[in-house]
Amino acid sequence: MRSVDKHSQLIKLLLKRVTFLFIFSLSFFVQAQDAVDAAQQKEGRKLFKSQCAACHKLDKKFVGPALGNIAEKREADWLVAWIKDNAALIKSGDKDAIEAAEFSPSAMTAFPRLTDKNIEDLIYYTTVGDPVKATATGAVAAEATQETSPWLAYILIGIIVFGILIIANLLKVISELKGAPKTPGLASNLNELWIGFKRNSFLHALLVVFFLLTTAYVLFGSLFKMGVDTGYQPIQPIAFSHTIHAGDNKIDCEYCHSSAKHSKTSGIPSANVCMNCHKNISEVADDTKMVLDGVTLGKVELDAEIQKLYAATGWDSETLAYTGETAPIKWVRVHNLPDFAYYNHSQHVTVAGLKCQKCHGPVETMDEVYQFSSLTMGWCIDCHKETKVDLKGNDYYTKIHEQLSQKYGVDQVSVAQLGGKECGKCHY
Amino acid sequence: MASSKKYWQSVEELTGSSVVETLSKKEFVEEIPTDEFLGDKETLEASGTSRRDFLKYVGFTTAAASLAACEGPVRKSIPYLIKPDDITVGVADWYATTMADGYDFANILVKTREGRPILVMPNKEANGATNARVQASVLSLYDSQLRLKEPQVKGTAISWSDADSRIGDTLNELKKTKAPVVLLTGTLASPSTEKVISEFIAAYPNVKHVVYDAVSETGALDAFEAMYGTRTLPTYRLDIAKVIVSVGADFLGDWQGGYEKSYVAGRKPEAGKMSRHIQFESNMTLTGANADKRVGLKPTDQIFALINLYNAVTGENVTSKETPVDAAVKQAATQLKKAGSKGVVVTGLNDKNAQTIALAINNALQSKVLDTTVTNNVRKGNDADVAQVVADIVSGELAGLITYNVNPLYTLAAAKEVQAGLEKLKLSVALSVQNDATATAMNYVLPMSHYLESWGDVSITSGSYSLTQPTIQPLFNSRQLQDVLLKWSGNNTSYDDYLKAFWSTSILKGASWNQALHDGIFTKKTANKLSAKTISVADAASKLVTATTPSDYELNLFTSIALGDGQQANNPWLQELPDPITRAAWDNYITMSFADARALGFSNPIKDNGAVDGDYAKLSVNGVEIVAPVMIQPGQAKGSFGLALGYGRTQGLKDAMQVGVNAYPLYSNANHIQTGVSIEKVSGTHQFACTQVQKTIAGRHEILKQASLDQVVNAPVHDWNKPAMASLNHKEVVANSVDLWEAHNREVGHHFNLSIDLTSCTGCGACVVACHAENNVPVVGKREVRTGRDMHWLRIDRYYSSEVETREEAKALGLSGGDLYKAIETEAENPTVAFQPMMCQHCNKAPCETVCPVAATSHGRQGQNQMAYNRCVGTRYCANNCPYRVRRFNWFNYSNNNEFDFNMNDDYGKMVLNPDVVVRSRGVMEKCSMCIQMTQATILTAKKEGRKVKANEFATACSTACSTGAMVFGDVNNSEDTVAQLKEDKRAFHVLDAIGTKPNVVYQVKVKNTNEA
Repeated sequence: MRSVDKHSQLIKLLLKRVTFLFIFSLSFFVQAQDAVDAAQQKEGRKLFKSQCAACHKLDKKFVGPALGNIAEKREADWLVAWIKDNAALIKSGDKDAIEAAEFSPSAMTAFPRLTDKNIEDLIYYTTVGDPVKATATGAVAAEATQETSPWLAYILIGIIVFGILIIANLLKVISELKGAPKTPGLASNLNELWIGFKRNSFLHALLVVFFLLTTAYVLFGSLFKMGVDTGYQPIQPIAFSHTIHAGDNKIDCEYCHSSAKHSKTSGIPSANVCMNCHKNISEVADDTKMVLDGVTLGKVELDAEIQKLYAATGWDSETLAYTGETAPIKWVRVHNLPDFAYYNHSQHVTVAGLKCQKCHGPVETMDEVYQFSSLTMGWCIDCHKETKVDLKGNDYYTKIHEQLSQKYGVDQVSVAQLGGKECGKCHY
Repeated sequence: MASSKKYWQSVEELTGSSVVETLSKKEFVEEIPTDEFLGDKETLEASGTSRRDFLKYVGFTTAAASLAACEGPVRKSIPYLIKPDDITVGVADWYATTMADGYDFANILVKTREGRPILVMPNKEANGATNARVQASVLSLYDSQLRLKEPQVKGTAISWSDADSRIGDTLNELKKTKAPVVLLTGTLASPSTEKVISEFIAAYPNVKHVVYDAVSETGALDAFEAMYGTRTLPTYRLDIAKVIVSVGADFLGDWQGGYEKSYVAGRKPEAGKMSRHIQFESNMTLTGANADKRVGLKPTDQIFALINLYNAVTGENVTSKETPVDAAVKQAATQLKKAGSKGVVVTGLNDKNAQTIALAINNALQSKVLDTTVTNNVRKGNDADVAQVVADIVSGELAGLITYNVNPLYTLAAAKEVQAGLEKLKLSVALSVQNDATATAMNYVLPMSHYLESWGDVSITSGSYSLTQPTIQPLFNSRQLQDVLLKWSGNNTSYDDYLKAFWSTSILKGASWNQALHDGIFTKKTANKLSAKTISVADAASKLVTATTPSDYELNLFTSIALGDGQQANNPWLQELPDPITRAAWDNYITMSFADARALGFSNPIKDNGAVDGDYAKLSVNGVEIVAPVMIQPGQAKGSFGLALGYGRTQGLKDAMQVGVNAYPLYSNANHIQTGVSIEKVSGTHQFACTQVQKTIAGRHEILKQASLDQVVNAPVHDWNKPAMASLNHKEVVANSVDLWEAHNREVGHHFNLSIDLTSCTGCGACVVACHAENNVPVVGKREVRTGRDMHWLRIDRYYSSEVETREEAKALGLSGGDLYKAIETEAENPTVAFQPMMCQHCNKAPCETVCPVAATSHGRQGQNQMAYNRCVGTRYCANNCPYRVRRFNWFNYSNNNEFDFNMNDDYGKMVLNPDVVVRSRGVMEKCSMCIQMTQATILTAKKEGRKVKANEFATACSTACSTGAMVFGDVNNSEDTVAQLKEDKRAFHVLDAIGTKPNVVYQVKVKNTNEA
């Protein structure tokens, strides 16, 4: 089992680079000799990850035996022979080889391409292990607060009011200088204004009307937001991070949400889809982090989350087999449309070719998914009004688009012009 | 002067009694006992809860409740752990399979969503046709009330393995002593099951397989066997028939499985190719209602009429008696002879001799309609065998009885004697889907899988082999018959393997199993024509005449369109389906002619809430008495009564479904004709739930137009399909051409129309149930239907003709005012009948849209009148302004409501709901949407595949369910769609076109072949 380093190492890429790196490291071989030969360790580690990690771990039994300190158990020559062609070694009647073959019913792959040097690096790596990392230096910078503080607004308002007062004063001074009669100071002015206000019933009525209108506006506004759950971010039963999966590892949305292109629902992936990868990934890399509800989860916590998946699917990571004891995962639904609204993912994903992010926001940066859009009818309609339909290459639209563009006198019709504003298209 | 008058309420008031004065000053005669409900002061003061506290609590709880309401509920979403390959969540899968429950047999397609069957439709590629019961069978799958859930012995649960071993032991014991055991099943028509049974009998030679049809066709089977040597039924190719004469055969109903599809195929007025159909019958059946000429005739007279018909066709003179309709019989004979080999006679009389005579007439005509090359396997019951089993049970000679999905304790006339005899059995096993009367009386009760959970094969007609495949995992701990019998015979193969092996060796012979399973059917060339033996008709006729003893009153038992033999009596869709003729739901009743009703004093008064009442009658036949309500039926032959079988079941049914009376006790000797009937009016008033009270169209022929074949072929259109006219600038113009409003632009995109051919519509009601299933239409129960609150989006109106058809006729007769209306509103004694499916007409100028204060109902560009439930505030203006009365209001919440304990109040029953259509809540209006979810889905499929919508690709639930093709749906802007031509057809008309609503539902004039010569 391999742990994912930086979440983005791809085997393909590695294989391409192996040769180059090999030569590169060779040139430094002599100079880099140290207590731990970092270059050799690095090289060995890379080879191990690319060639061996699918079946071997250093510290644990996996498909094959644990390989940590294998050099203590086996002779280097024997290892070279075994790795290059274990079948031949077994055939030759080697006792150790026959014993080793009994570990697993399935035979180990032969690696004739590996050079002796490669194998030497590998063995070196299994002996010294992973490089010891410098302790994290609190590198995670405090997240810049995006919200503008309210006192900033107050200062701004204050400055504006102050500015107006200064201008008013200046104007007054100017007019006085021009020969206008001198008026009393600001304080007595305000006092007079207040007395005038108290006596003026029209102003009273105006104030009441203003107050009522404001209340109605605020009330209407708040009632309108009822049931609008933008930002809804429930705690899920498994701390699943879209940042790690869709962001760092760049897994395509539709790999997991595969029904989005066929069906009205995008589909929460069934656990067998998770297990496609997680059969081999039982733990995260050391520096993996995710922020859940303000708490940063590290390797220990996240590994425990993967175990939850194993518990649900009944996967025994020791025997590498399903036990048959399963328990469904009860995810909490984030995007809730009411029953009376019909929405079809495939219409938007397959036909319109929209990106998931258009409605769901930057999911690839969400450790914990939240509702990005308001999902109100107004929000749907706005988009239908604005969006021009790309109809090229779809025979369904050829005739209707020709007719409609003529009717409306436009080159490209909008969804609403196509009928996307009719009640019955979504409510039935 | 009025003001000077004084009125006294009593003598006391006039004389000025003091009592009156005292009373007049008091509002209430007695003191109001305020202390009783206020309690004494002391207790109130001693209480710790003050009035202020009470108000605080009220305030707090109200605030808390409203705050809590602001939070949306947390909804869980639970995905599959391992998703099955063939399921995409949210996308429907369709499977071809076959229904066979011993009564209904059909090649069907089943729509499943997330592994749940939710809709049954005919498999038209396999020539499948569905009736209302087949459509509704998907709901019976989820009948958690009536279905058996686990094996039981004497009411206590046991495991399957225990049941197997215990029953196996008993069977072996009985085998040693050679004690007779009977396996009683309905008609199976399954080649592989018959092999399984024969293997079971080979393992236990003391077992005999007896086939028992609750509603018997033994007469026809025996007659065919005597004449052709095989105990089976012929098929009738009514599509090629020129003249069809039926004597009491309800072949559009359930007679020999029904011939609706081929009958309608032979009645296409466009081609001038329309059969002439003459029906002699006593009850008004669906077949009689569709006939060109219907002759009402008492059951015993039908027998004589049949013999007279034979005499008239062949010129022989076998024993018979005169009937009141001999002239009509002669006329029919003339037409038959003229039609020659394209003529056919069928009879529903369940009597070997009567059936022999019918076959003899067909042979005399050398009828090609009667097809012996393809035989019909849907009825195999043998009354003599069943009678023997009954006798053996009663006498105690039978040692063991294994029943499979038959319910003799409900369907046998001798049910009581059999029930008493069951105790003498050493082994009694019920293999049953339902926990019915028989299952509860047997020792071992083993739950069987529903057909939608089972494997199987069915040979409905010879040469066609249909496959049944499971569409859902068994809901309960059930097995299927074949697996049980295989196990008991010591064969450990599972039935699905057995079936596959059997098919590859015996049926497919090299053809692809997967293809057969995909198609649902595999057909083979069939055997040659059977040759008829000569059988003495004179003998048969004389036997028949001797055996027939006419009486003043005779009873004709029949099966209703909704319930059939009563197997699905716990199905709310079927109970709520109105009878096509009487339009009454949730009931059976004695049908009676006008003349008899007048003589015996029965009536059907209409109450002020629009509901129909009826009187009760006590009916006695051969010492069996039942009390049932009476429904006066136009067209019922005088001296005959009708009563539907299949009702009055009680065991295991929900309270609401225990309606009607059980007529099976009257069904002695499996004869649906019972003579020597006496009737007597008894006290009490019965409340019917009729969905249509008006009987005729009251002279308003713009609702439903009818014409004769001769007119359609020869006369100008304006003679028989004249559009409504209006006066514009003092000139007569077509009313539709006058318009106050700007027209919608209909040229762009799709424009949906539904065409309904009233000639092809037989009124079978399959579309009504399909609409229920597709659109989550709620069931409201008998009480609500009675007061006109039924929720059917699609109903089938039935109109009788009256003696005076139009106002002009009435005026010519010198009638005016009330008499005129009475004359045109009163149905004739033997009326002609027309059916008219009626649903939202999707008017282009919809009266409902203009009156909605909140614009909840609006018009779509594709022609659909759309209804946004979430916008509706329930003013019901739209329903009041609808000229077609098709809008339905949700007076209550019909889901999750114990007052409406039907499928939507049940976790299993809810599984049948269509997830693409919302379940409406209380206070909103709803109506036919022209299946907008289906049209949208069709469009989306085309878009996803980047292609145009194919010709005739659009469909609605009703048009898909319609076996006869009466309903055709499509896009009139696509000239390749059939409906585009139908809309312009000369028979096309719009209902009430005078009011200018311009509907998108177009009807085709009903045509009858009135050619008497």
